[in-house]
Amino acid sequence: MHELSICSAIADAAARHADGRSVSQVTVQIGHLRQVVPDALQFSWEVVATTTAEELTKADLIVEEVPAVVECPSCGARTTLEMPILACGSCGTFEVTLVSGEELRVVSIDLVDA
Amino acid sequence: MDEHPNSHDVGDHSGYTETGNTRVTILEDLLSENDRVADDNGKRFAAAGVRAVNLMSSPGAGKTTLLRKTLEHLGHSLRIGVLEGDIATTLDADRLEGSGAAAISVVNTSAGFGGECHLDAVMVRSGIDRLPLTELDLLIIENVGNLVCPAEFRVGEDSRAMVFSVTEGEEKPLKYPVMFRAADVVAVNKIDLLPHLDFDLDAFYLNLTSVNPSARIIMASARTGEGVDEWCDWLSSQGAAV
Repeated sequence: MHELSICSAIADAAARHADGRSVSQVTVQIGHLRQVVPDALQFSWEVVATTTAEELTKADLIVEEVPAVVECPSCGARTTLEMPILACGSCGTFEVTLVSGEELRVVSIDLVDA
Repeated sequence: MDEHPNSHDVGDHSGYTETGNTRVTILEDLLSENDRVADDNGKRFAAAGVRAVNLMSSPGAGKTTLLRKTLEHLGHSLRIGVLEGDIATTLDADRLEGSGAAAISVVNTSAGFGGECHLDAVMVRSGIDRLPLTELDLLIIENVGNLVCPAEFRVGEDSRAMVFSVTEGEEKPLKYPVMFRAADVVAVNKIDLLPHLDFDLDAFYLNLTSVNPSARIIMASARTGEGVDEWCDWLSSQGAAV
């Protein structure tokens, strides 16, 4: 949810780092455990990119979806989750640590070389 | 598939791209501003000796009724402040009047029509600006009724509690895993209605523990008072001085 405000936050971060230079691409990472829908993000980005800052009007949004992965302290196995149930795929224990899947960040921006 | 997802390389994030454009690595968390304010709120709570509990649930699960019972039981032994979050009205705060709260602050998340469906750290900051924190032991932040968004926004709380009603259905933890996983304790409310429902308690336990193995579960009825002592004990342990 809140893809529009998330896009505003993405645009703010990108424009700040662009520092007046034109941006061709903004890359973000969204973990599978976040309640963010990549399609909705793309849709919101089209609105936000054209109305936030001159530098972003031609910027594409690239969403890298990060899988939810847990590590098991008991048997050492790493499991990629299909559902948001944190359990070890090998030994079944729920006492696992989350390795990835909660990312919600701007990774990089590509600047158009003048 | 990557072997080491936490140091995964999902694309080169520095230097030049294939198109010759310059790639600038940023690695900025999108909730960093909210989290910064949440951390500030947390520091203010700690400095004032207040423990803060973020109370969440779906609309109608019984947060306010349970809160009222809580204030009646605990208000004489703990100085409890309440921050009421709602999209509109002061109805919840009005219902708590006279029940033993040391202070109540209302945050309406609306700005004209509609409003935010959750409290965030900035809204909570404006709410606590109006509370005498140093005169409180415990602050209960009653969040907007919503099983989705509140779990995403830290507000500076020390712990998170959920109120779940048996009228909601035993499959809800699987449908709203992020929220149920966020809770340190789940008060299962309205148990006085169990004889009238087909609620499968065993299935609920299984579903909840599969998304949150460490959540404390407290069976309660805010209406009859059953389980309220145990709930108050949990809250009191949160209200202990740091």
